[in-house]
Amino acid sequence: MHIHEYQAKKLFNHKHIQTPKGILIYSVTQANDACKTLGGSIWVIKAQIHAGGRGKGGGIILCSSIEEVKNACGKLLNSRLITPQTDAKGLPVSQILIEIWENITNELYLGLLIDRKTKKITVLASTKGGMDIEKVARKTPNKIIKFGINPLGHLSVQDCTFIAKKLDLHFKLTKQFNNILLGLYEIFTQKDVNLIEINPLVITKENNLLALDGKIDFDDNALYRHKDIIALRDISQEDEKERLANTYQLNYISLNGTIGCMVNGAGLAMATMDLIEHFGGSPANFLDVGGGTTADRVAKAFELIQTEKNIKGILVNIFGGIVHCDLIAQGILQAIEKVRLTLPIVVRLEGTNATNGLKLLDKAKVDIHTESDLNKATIKIIKLAK
Amino acid sequence: MSILIDKNTRVITQGFTGKQGTFHSKQSIIYGTQIVGGVTPNKGGQRHLNLPVFNTTKEAINETHANASIIYVPPRFAYASILEAIETKIPVIACITEGIPVQDMLKIKAILKKSDSILIGPNCPGVITPNECKLGIMPGNIHQAGSVGVISRSGTLTYEAVHQTTLVGLGQSTCIGIGGDPIQGMDFIDCLALFEADSQTKSIVMVGEIGGSAEEEAAEYIQSNVSKPVVSYIAGLNAPQGKRMGHSGAVISASTGKAIDKIKALRKVGVAIAPTPTSIGETLLEILA
Repeated sequence: MHIHEYQAKKLFNHKHIQTPKGILIYSVTQANDACKTLGGSIWVIKAQIHAGGRGKGGGIILCSSIEEVKNACGKLLNSRLITPQTDAKGLPVSQILIEIWENITNELYLGLLIDRKTKKITVLASTKGGMDIEKVARKTPNKIIKFGINPLGHLSVQDCTFIAKKLDLHFKLTKQFNNILLGLYEIFTQKDVNLIEINPLVITKENNLLALDGKIDFDDNALYRHKDIIALRDISQEDEKERLANTYQLNYISLNGTIGCMVNGAGLAMATMDLIEHFGGSPANFLDVGGGTTADRVAKAFELIQTEKNIKGILVNIFGGIVHCDLIAQGILQAIEKVRLTLPIVVRLEGTNATNGLKLLDKAKVDIHTESDLNKATIKIIKLAK
Repeated sequence: MSILIDKNTRVITQGFTGKQGTFHSKQSIIYGTQIVGGVTPNKGGQRHLNLPVFNTTKEAINETHANASIIYVPPRFAYASILEAIETKIPVIACITEGIPVQDMLKIKAILKKSDSILIGPNCPGVITPNECKLGIMPGNIHQAGSVGVISRSGTLTYEAVHQTTLVGLGQSTCIGIGGDPIQGMDFIDCLALFEADSQTKSIVMVGEIGGSAEEEAAEYIQSNVSKPVVSYIAGLNAPQGKRMGHSGAVISASTGKAIDKIKALRKVGVAIAPTPTSIGETLLEILA
């Protein structure tokens, strides 16, 4: 789960990590008061969306008068912001963070993530702040400091000092740096974070460390133990179809093709997409109906697939393990009736109770093509969907 | 010889009396697996599927002399269940549970390193040695005793691979689903090492998918450590970047996890790549010819 920058900064502040003074606004009428309360004469307007690249997308604007602030907020609020990291539709802006502009001398990068290769929570730090860190890692890997933390131990002050030294930080900043890194580590481990980053972490003219931006991604699987984090969710930033699918425990991702897919198992679902492409078709979606599939969920899955704009046919591919193919077959029949499905549909069943499932479908008085061979099923749906 | 489990393996089920535990224990027993009991806290002393139920894993192992455990508990209890199993020093643990928090798995992974146990999964179908022992949720009837060692990050895609090796008449020595999570117990390399040393295994099928770099690491290992022919299929050539494709470990980032990079790395070390999920059996026959 993603959260907004202003929410991340609040979590930072709880751990005594300093951020620029800022106020969140929801309408242009609040802009005047916000600027006056903040003071100063230069402000930074930051659109709150769940995507990076906001600077390039015009979502971060430097303003040197209240008039400019109002104009910028008016332009951004209730618009959709498109950045290099969003899709072509962009994401809706309903909140803006107004911050005091800070005079900075240096930009660093500081983050923590789970390194799948070393199986450790790993600190990433770099003197190349304010840039795409993956790009920095690719082009100048020597500019990245990596520090793995023993999963059965913890990050110590000594570890932080070691990292500060590698960053060539002035000794006067070491204590501040240690507190920031320890704070990030605490948030990471206490709240089941997958990725936390401050990019950039800046050194101000007054020689302070400030988190100019903040990003936190949480582990969805651990949200059950963090009610306070669930409360930070902003569903306006999520894909409507994916969100709806989630409420029915379906894994769904929209694509642009013509053939809808309903598959059990994520690996097989990806493989089915690849097979459709291999035979010259194009998948309209990724859908894993999961293990404990019921007729109701199959119906919901069909409803979702039907709303894809280019949809011309549906391929159902089930290899029964936990899922019983005869139950899926019943589900398909009920769903077709309920959803009034008119698209051509090819069903491939294999595994547990597959023969019974195929029989059920063949006996039914609806127009379904059945196959037990996946290649034949794929070729057939591509033909029917032309 | 198979690897990990065989006809002498004595199995207990953790989460025995739950819906999944009950259904799949039944299926395993029908398949011929020696399930010798199970664990459900507060139900110790009862009988289930005509087998004894224990309150703790330790008790269950002391009483039944089990040497493998299968875990079907919900994700929020999985960490404690896996730890409980590791503490008994039971040699083989398979965890089917999907949705375990990744930081729980980080700790388990580190504890496993210093333990006497091997963990298969989580978020996997388990492990099976055809006609001998089924430690998991895979449909038994698609398997056939034979010579191919199967390793896979996916569940149903494993069945696809298995089914094809059965249809071409080769059968399987042992099939392991290592799971779709970012951090798991056994990885490709652990399984490759066991299959390389196993005399029954004549060839290996490795099913990978987008996300992480386990396939690239496996390729490096194969180059200098595996002499047996390996066929691989990698799912997700057409998966979009940045989207989590069902499995929590299946996500392409800007720098790692692309299917094409995995395919290139494997091809470079002589692994035969099946171009489609339906051509795994054929590809295997071709390289064995």
